[in-house]
Amino acid sequence: MNVIKELWQSLLDSLVGLGAVVRFFFRLVISIPAVLLRFDLVVAQVWNAGALSLVIIMLSGLFVGMVLGLQGFQLLQRFGSEEALGAAAAVGLVKELGPVVTALLFAGRAGTALASELGLMRATDQLSAMEMMAVDPIKRVVTPRFLGGAIAMPLLAAIFSLIGIYGAQLIGVQIMGVDSGSFWSQMRGGVDLADINEGIVKSIVFGVACSLIAVYEGYHATPTAAGVGRATTRTVVTSAVVVLFFDYLLTAAFL
Amino acid sequence: MSGRPIFDGLTMNIQRAGVTAVMGPSGTGKTTLLRLITGQVHADSGTIEVAGQDMRTLKRADLYKLRRRMGMLFQNGALLTDLSVFENVAFPLREHTDLPERLIRQLVLTKLQAVGLRGAADLMPSELSGGMARRVALARAIVMDPELLIYDEPFVGLDPISMGVILRLIRRLNDTLGLTSIVVSHDVKEISTVADKVFLLSGGKVVASGTPQELRSDPSEIVRQFVGGLADGPVPFHYPAPDYFGELLARGEDS
Repeated sequence: MNVIKELWQSLLDSLVGLGAVVRFFFRLVISIPAVLLRFDLVVAQVWNAGALSLVIIMLSGLFVGMVLGLQGFQLLQRFGSEEALGAAAAVGLVKELGPVVTALLFAGRAGTALASELGLMRATDQLSAMEMMAVDPIKRVVTPRFLGGAIAMPLLAAIFSLIGIYGAQLIGVQIMGVDSGSFWSQMRGGVDLADINEGIVKSIVFGVACSLIAVYEGYHATPTAAGVGRATTRTVVTSAVVVLFFDYLLTAAFL
Repeated sequence: MSGRPIFDGLTMNIQRAGVTAVMGPSGTGKTTLLRLITGQVHADSGTIEVAGQDMRTLKRADLYKLRRRMGMLFQNGALLTDLSVFENVAFPLREHTDLPERLIRQLVLTKLQAVGLRGAADLMPSELSGGMARRVALARAIVMDPELLIYDEPFVGLDPISMGVILRLIRRLNDTLGLTSIVVSHDVKEISTVADKVFLLSGGKVVASGTPQELRSDPSEIVRQFVGGLADGPVPFHYPAPDYFGELLARGEDS
């Protein structure tokens, strides 16, 4: 009986938590028009979130692409169709690996930075101080960061895919000797607009989700050292699970 | 938010254009009182009027309008850590006005001069000592020329020199700017030198009020304990606990 009770209770708790996130999301959305009037704040945050993650995204993109080139070549060689490597790598990167891996890295780099920044602002009364100065911290601090993250994430995913394709080309064409012409032409033939769209939609959804989770956790962090640490950890864990969950849903929806 | 009431039967009347001190042992809800006065939290019952407006029925926009007439100094200054000293003081001006840069510069430098930190304008908050950070926060609190200035424990953790500086500033700002000041503190000696009127809170009530001199000669036990700094008295030394010997002698029954 106790187990059932506890399960029921934790289900209720998580529903309440979800409701709180949704309400917070609407608060952010309502404040977006006002924030767009001060676009310099958003641009600063795009730069902040994007530039923070750029190096790690580029490096990871290169390695993921190289692994893809290696694995793909091994597999395709068995069927004697190495030329399809270009198409296989591009589709995989644009539709799946680009958005998903970028989102996971983004949550780990920019998401944690956002959450701990907001958490520390809460812990050191900076958010209360703003409210006392009649400045709404949602409009001044939270929504610009949310928008910045949501805009930066698709851009990062695009960069990731681009560099990934270069990495696959590096291994496949330069080292394994796949014909350069057929690598690129197979890619052009094999990737549809629908694949690109799927990648774009996914990276936008993941960007919104990761940024929302980060600012929500940071803004609601318990104002102690332990609380900020917990908020940071929860940002990464929740983001990862949510991204993979939405990835499945979106993939199914695009079939 | 269930549990014991923090205030019960509390009545206070704060005079315009004077320095009012609110004192009391730790945990009597002095900070909560400030949050009530500034509308950061709402009372379950009773009314709080600030400048003739009932805080409980005030709409958000009106609350923010009222807060522009208030300045608040937080315990640790609550400076915005990503902005320089100058930009911190300029923050309310930039958020609420469209003043030309030249005028903002003049206003900010005048306020910094008033707290003696014009030379520190280009420093970042992390480069300031505790006392300096509080003085910058004070400059920020007065930059919009408020009518009401609220200090939350302005002396905590300051060395005697910084404390003297802050004390002098409280009095001088109050008199030169024609402010109403509320100082929450438990530093009896310090506050007695600047306050016009003192409220002593304990157990959710005002237990004594009057000028510092009147309070010093108050015969009641709680006032004597607080003003004299006695360890035991109406405010007990011991946190409520079961009988000492009983607990020591009891066998550890998997407590």
